[in-house]
Amino acid sequence: MQTTIHSLKKGQKATILDFDIDLIPLKLLEMGCLPGNEVELLQIAPFGDPLYLDINGSHLAIRIETAKLIEVELINNITK
Amino acid sequence: MSLKNINVALIGNPNVGKTSVFNQLTGLNQQVGNYPGITVEKKMGFCKLPNNVKANILDLPGTYSLNASSIDESVVIELLLNKNDRLYPDVALVVTDVENLKRNLLLYTQIKDLEIPTILVINMADRMEHKGITLDIPYLEQHLKTKIALISSRKGHGIEELKNLIVSYKTISAEPCLNASIIDPEYFNSLRHAFPNQLLYKLWLVITQDVNFLNLERNEIRSSFTKSHSDLKRLQQKETIKRYQFINDVLKEGLKIDSSVAKDFRSKLDRVLTHKVWGYLIFFMILFVIFQSIFEWSKIPMDFIDSTFATLSTLAGEHLPSGMLTNLISQGIIPGIGGILIFIPQIAFLFLFISILEESGYMSRVVFLMDKIMRRFGLSGKSVVPLISGTACAIPAIMATRNIENWKERLITILVTPFTTCSARLPVYAIIIGLVIPDTYVFGILNLQGLTLMLLYVIGFGMAILAAYILNLILKVKGKTFFVVEMPNYKLPMFKNVAINVIEKTKAFVFGAGKIILAISIILWFLASYGPGKEFKDAEKIVFENAKENPLSSTEFDNAVASQKLENSYIGLMGKSIEPVISPLGYDWKIGIAIISSFAAREVFVGTLATIYSVGGTDNENTIKNKMAAEINPVTGEKIFNFASGISLLMFYAFAMQCASTLAITKKETNSWKWPAGQLVFMSTLAYLVALIAFQVLK
Repeated sequence: MQTTIHSLKKGQKATILDFDIDLIPLKLLEMGCLPGNEVELLQIAPFGDPLYLDINGSHLAIRIETAKLIEVELINNITK
Repeated sequence: MSLKNINVALIGNPNVGKTSVFNQLTGLNQQVGNYPGITVEKKMGFCKLPNNVKANILDLPGTYSLNASSIDESVVIELLLNKNDRLYPDVALVVTDVENLKRNLLLYTQIKDLEIPTILVINMADRMEHKGITLDIPYLEQHLKTKIALISSRKGHGIEELKNLIVSYKTISAEPCLNASIIDPEYFNSLRHAFPNQLLYKLWLVITQDVNFLNLERNEIRSSFTKSHSDLKRLQQKETIKRYQFINDVLKEGLKIDSSVAKDFRSKLDRVLTHKVWGYLIFFMILFVIFQSIFEWSKIPMDFIDSTFATLSTLAGEHLPSGMLTNLISQGIIPGIGGILIFIPQIAFLFLFISILEESGYMSRVVFLMDKIMRRFGLSGKSVVPLISGTACAIPAIMATRNIENWKERLITILVTPFTTCSARLPVYAIIIGLVIPDTYVFGILNLQGLTLMLLYVIGFGMAILAAYILNLILKVKGKTFFVVEMPNYKLPMFKNVAINVIEKTKAFVFGAGKIILAISIILWFLASYGPGKEFKDAEKIVFENAKENPLSSTEFDNAVASQKLENSYIGLMGKSIEPVISPLGYDWKIGIAIISSFAAREVFVGTLATIYSVGGTDNENTIKNKMAAEINPVTGEKIFNFASGISLLMFYAFAMQCASTLAITKKETNSWKWPAGQLVFMSTLAYLVALIAFQVLK
């Protein structure tokens, strides 16, 4: 299923598909946020923002506005 | 054989233990000066290497890549692009964390492309077994075209081997790892033809970012090789992908991870520390402990230093031959030095806590926890670190805003940071709280004086937030917002790093601020010991005339003469001249003197009062605090330092911008006089008004 990082649930993993290169900070690419790499949502901050992610082994926090720009494909839906 | 010092630059991502490596190499041979007056963004140290070679070790700010997105990162690039810089490295050490090797190598491949001899330092090797990691060092050395030092800076393993590698830096390859130009061969070829003598990768860096480049006319490159922002970014993305491909290929053979060994201590701790209830509760508990300890635990050493200097002053007065020089020593210099040293315990405690929080990785969680809240006020989660560091000193705190990528958020943080209660306010707070707040306990355990102090910190922080909110509404600054924070692994803080940090910062306080305080103490003593007119010269005669009707005892007479002299000394006249302005705030001319002299730096306030009361001593009290407590207003007959005037003074010092060094650093970081001037006017006006209201309401 295609979606953006922003709509991942805690503990969900996904593969990065694409993003708008003009809007996304270069730093994020350098931290490993590149098409084909894996991302996992680890934590959501109180009040829902920012998000704490594991992107390709880098542990980082980004804001929702950025997370909305990154299209991903879910790897497996966590069993509920 | 020439004994030229080798220049070594330490480069690496944040949180890889770069500072530990720096501390292991240099120990206490460091030069860090970021307290009043001096601002140094590059930490320097010296290291003795085998064969009698000395190395200058330069610790550069942590950076993820050579594409600068913050001022901190551009410091690194500017140095590495400028071969003429005095500090340009003969050899670069790229420090990496074995657990994040893939990402860390991105920076490494960029440094290699600058054709600087580079040693790859793989840190935290002691955790490899624990994490199930194995490395094929010969394979990696061959493909990364370098020498690798496998070290553990925590345990001190591998440091000697690293020193040996540095000494033989000439044998280390300066060859690039990969050929970045294939991302757009046509473009790079034309670049190469236009600037045949320049390194291609350097040109590329100059084109893609905003750093000062000294050797080249960047406008020239820019105009003929300009591309749209979007095209450039696409190329940068291509470059990044290409670098990762290279790294992945190398690591596929050179690195093996048995992930079944890895454990999830981090996620468990994260769940608690970033919890929506526990997270905040723990954070405020930590802050509370810090503030209680600053006041409670520091008391014993502070009282000891206080009484020691009082005794020294008395001894000097009694035992040295009487005369001007003795007076200068016993009334000017000794109380002046005492006024500086007494704050060492509190400053040391503050830096102790701050460096433990930074070292452990906890600060990043605070950033994560606070971002949403701070954003409402135009700040960033990253502003929390400057605001907390501001409790030590606004100068390093303002410098710590450099990792905030968004200019508006950064500017607001810079402007409001001076409201947080810095350690220079502590002396003033401590002494006034001691005078006007009773030393009692509420609820059995909470010290009322400690609580008051904490309240002052809260007021400072609250004012910072409020000012930020207003600035956020007023300021029209354009800039893209983005926020990327690395959440490092939790680490037990290293004793050596914390200790060095505390010692260095305290030393910088004592010698940096101390020089100013001592100089002002001496000047004040002179101004207080001499006066222009008859009233000063003939003080004895005047007192004698006035006292004809009811004769004074000899002590009373001496005291009356001393007061008469002080009142008519140069400084006394200065204080008197501003009395009309400050008397609505509840201050007399003696406090006026202290306010004038503490304009350059707040901590001078107490030293000034110490000097003034020593000169005009009207009782037998030894310490400054007792002297202040005994001061009586001759007109009303009431104590000068009562509840109303005390609170008014606390408010004045909470808000007034009395720190020349902070103004200087604001000027430097914002590159304009507009912002420091605004800070000065706004904060001083606010301080005056709040103090005025406080006194008028409470008196």
